Amino acid sequence: MLSKRNKEALFNPLSKENPVLVQILGICSTLAVTVSLEPAIVMSISVIAVLALSNVIISLIRNTIPTSIRIIVQLVVVAALVIIVQQFLIAFDYDVSKQLSVFIGLIITNCILMGRLEAFALNNSPWPSFLDGIGNGLGYGIILVIVAFFRELLGSGTILGFKVIPQWCYDHGYMDNGLMILPPMALITVACIIWVHRARNTDLQETSN
Amino acid sequence: MNKIKPQFLPGGKLSKLHSFYEGMETFLFTPNDTSRSGAHIHDGNDLKRTMIMVLVALAPAMLFGMYNIGLQHYMAIGQTASTSWLTMWTFGLLAILPMIVVSYAVGLGIEFISAQIHGKEIQEGFLVTGMLIPLIVPINTPLWMVAVATAFAVIFAKEVFGGTGMNIFNVALITRAFLLGAGTIINGFSGATPLGQVSTHVGDTMTLHNVVGDPISTWDAFMGFIPGSPGEVSTLAILIGAAILLITGIASWRVMGSVFVGGLAMGALVHALPSATYPASLLNPIDQICYGGFAFAAVFMATDPVTGARTHIGQYIYGFLIGVIAILIRVYNNGYPEGAMLAVLLMNVFAPLIDYCVVQANINRRMRRARANK
Repeated sequence: MLSKRNKEALFNPLSKENPVLVQILGICSTLAVTVSLEPAIVMSISVIAVLALSNVIISLIRNTIPTSIRIIVQLVVVAALVIIVQQFLIAFDYDVSKQLSVFIGLIITNCILMGRLEAFALNNSPWPSFLDGIGNGLGYGIILVIVAFFRELLGSGTILGFKVIPQWCYDHGYMDNGLMILPPMALITVACIIWVHRARNTDLQETSN
Repeated sequence: MNKIKPQFLPGGKLSKLHSFYEGMETFLFTPNDTSRSGAHIHDGNDLKRTMIMVLVALAPAMLFGMYNIGLQHYMAIGQTASTSWLTMWTFGLLAILPMIVVSYAVGLGIEFISAQIHGKEIQEGFLVTGMLIPLIVPINTPLWMVAVATAFAVIFAKEVFGGTGMNIFNVALITRAFLLGAGTIINGFSGATPLGQVSTHVGDTMTLHNVVGDPISTWDAFMGFIPGSPGEVSTLAILIGAAILLITGIASWRVMGSVFVGGLAMGALVHALPSATYPASLLNPIDQICYGGFAFAAVFMATDPVTGARTHIGQYIYGFLIGVIAILIRVYNNGYPEGAMLAVLLMNVFAPLIDYCVVQANINRRMRRARANK
């Protein structure tokens, strides 16, 4: 069930092959949905669901897809799953789906999906593909949540909408940093995470020439 | 100084602190590693001395800025007549001093630590930056915000690019941009600056007021009796600084001149097409230069040799576009009444591209000439 290879498919994307930190994929949505923690968590779960299911479906039909039209087939599968997730969110969590607006729909264009389908699901059986989808989705989600945590904490002084910075701090001149709300700081926050990550994993550092 | 030097050389017991020793030695004395024999004449004027000349040039603007802080304060509480200029100046000095200390402590602290970690010599770029920061942020910015913004700017605009001389953006301007983005300042002063009033102005004729409601003339703006960030209020004091920089040959007259030309040209253009939708277009070109941070940006920010263009033709283009964009932002973007600093940052990005184009154009011209002569 969880052979060494399957474990790698599940756990490597969390750190060593993290889609955001190492492969630098999915940056667009990482910048867009991380202003506060709640949409980031919902977005992560959506991506995990779509990624795992599309991996399984593509893996199941991998031997019947003609190579020349495989991208179209992948897109159809992903688009169908995304629509399902979107409708699900509108039905059960309308406010968050409003906040996420187009970004749920844009999961279709998320590079991580196409990347995993092309690189993994087309060559592997359903179970490892499922694990790979879960792993990569989690790797993406972790970064999303970390970025959103710092942006919401420093930008609005809240976590999941609850005020965590006590009032006496504001009384003594503390101010929420409006810059954290703006997209540039998401980029810089991701850069900081990559910095820490590379510092801890020295084998990932590019050699300077 | 030389007596304690061996302890800091490799093998000495304090060799870990070598970069600190090196920094202090060259800061306090002329280092004796210039060539003393042979045909090469080596100037004792190193980077540190260049930087110190910039500080000297900043002095008039800074001293006047201190006086103006006091002036604005006592004007606001209605005691201008009964207060001597010295009291006002001291008030301003005491207000700005903590900022200078914070800016230097944070910035130099990060530079020293980074130099120690990388085993490099301490670079002295922060000498000027540390003085520029208090001059371009509003005097009532909380000190911890200054510290955070300075740390952010030094780490992300300078150290990650490789330290002094490698930065793409002007570090002091990044500090200000950080505070601007963070929502603490709108246009260099949290009260109503002349430009702040302009941006919310309604009507066809323009009258501006100071703290107590008296009208402001162009002369007041030129001399600097207006609210604003400490360094940028007095165009006169800035021009004195400009003269020092130009006479000593530290700043590029090409950049400085073309910023003013660009600003005046664009100012004249927008003034020729006045519109009530864009109230700043009612200001005449001279007012555009005198209000806000335009002159300060032209003299001290645009001329930064690291972030600006280096080819001569490139410097004309670079400066001219800063002037044009500064007025463009100021007039046509009501959200940002002050455009000069943003214009410099924007052109910082384009400086390498301008240089590349100028160099390529020169290569192509010479290639054509070489082919024609063949």
